[in-house]
Amino acid sequence: MIALEITGSYYLILAALLFTIGAVGLLVRRNVLVMFMCVELMLNAVNLTFVTFAKMLDDVTGQVLVFFTLAVAAAEVAVGLAIIVAIFRRRSGATADDLDVLKG
Amino acid sequence: MTAVLFFLFAAAALAGALGVVLSRNPVHSALWLVLTLLSVAVFFLLQSAQLVAAVQVIVYAGAIVVLFLFVIMLLGVDREETLSDPIKLQRPAAIVLGVLMLGEVLVLAGHEWATGAQTAHGVPIHGLMDTGTDPGNNIERVARVLFTDFLWPFQLTAALLVVAVIGAIVLARRSGERPEDPGPGIPAAERARPGSGSGERPEADAETSEGTS
Repeated sequence: MIALEITGSYYLILAALLFTIGAVGLLVRRNVLVMFMCVELMLNAVNLTFVTFAKMLDDVTGQVLVFFTLAVAAAEVAVGLAIIVAIFRRRSGATADDLDVLKG
Repeated sequence: MTAVLFFLFAAAALAGALGVVLSRNPVHSALWLVLTLLSVAVFFLLQSAQLVAAVQVIVYAGAIVVLFLFVIMLLGVDREETLSDPIKLQRPAAIVLGVLMLGEVLVLAGHEWATGAQTAHGVPIHGLMDTGTDPGNNIERVARVLFTDFLWPFQLTAALLVVAVIGAIVLARRSGERPEDPGPGIPAAERARPGSGSGERPEADAETSEGTS
């Protein structure tokens, strides 16, 4: 048994690490689906901070906000994956670098 | 007990996140993402947010990742990604920016003016059934806030989900760019005019996309 108290700061540091990994992955990866998964990772890190603050401040509103974040993330995934499907129908490229139609 | 669980699942969450970023195969990325999502659900449980943990498992691991896998399989993009870096110095710059952002977030998380949690900062997070000062269990507390203070955003969320479903169907339906065989049940007149009446018959469109894809 480890005699170590887990405080809210531990969760905040973990959430910051998860958010950073997601952000770096979004910048580094070229596959649009994997980039989308990295966005989900960042959303999850934010959810973790919401729940941590709900616990630290003893206020359940943070959990309600996580509820809304989950609903918006579900809607975002549905529309985003539909956009990806529509893009892939027109061009077979699997990377974000192929989508340069708007480049001047 | 709580510390053991925390460090175990923190390692799992970080490994899953790194796996999402570092996997060459999108299918593997999706499976690593499941590991991270379930670990975060465990953290929700450790912080006595049972409802949110259940919703996390059901919505994220159950629906969103499955949707990702469906799209990966549908598009057939489960190939290995090229290792080349098309934009020069992008990866080093991304890692430097990531380290800077990590430091910034950590500084913000440690400051009271950013978090407002000055008194609770050193308070240990106790186990599963610690409900704090409010009466009732977690679901009752969340429901009380959700259906009083957040009733209007809740209704807006319902509208948002309906709009998202219709938008996804409109975006993902086959728009007749290529001479493809449309599913049965679409009249020839509508088949000849792609894009028209797209929002009017969502049920028929849903059946069609299910049937053809």
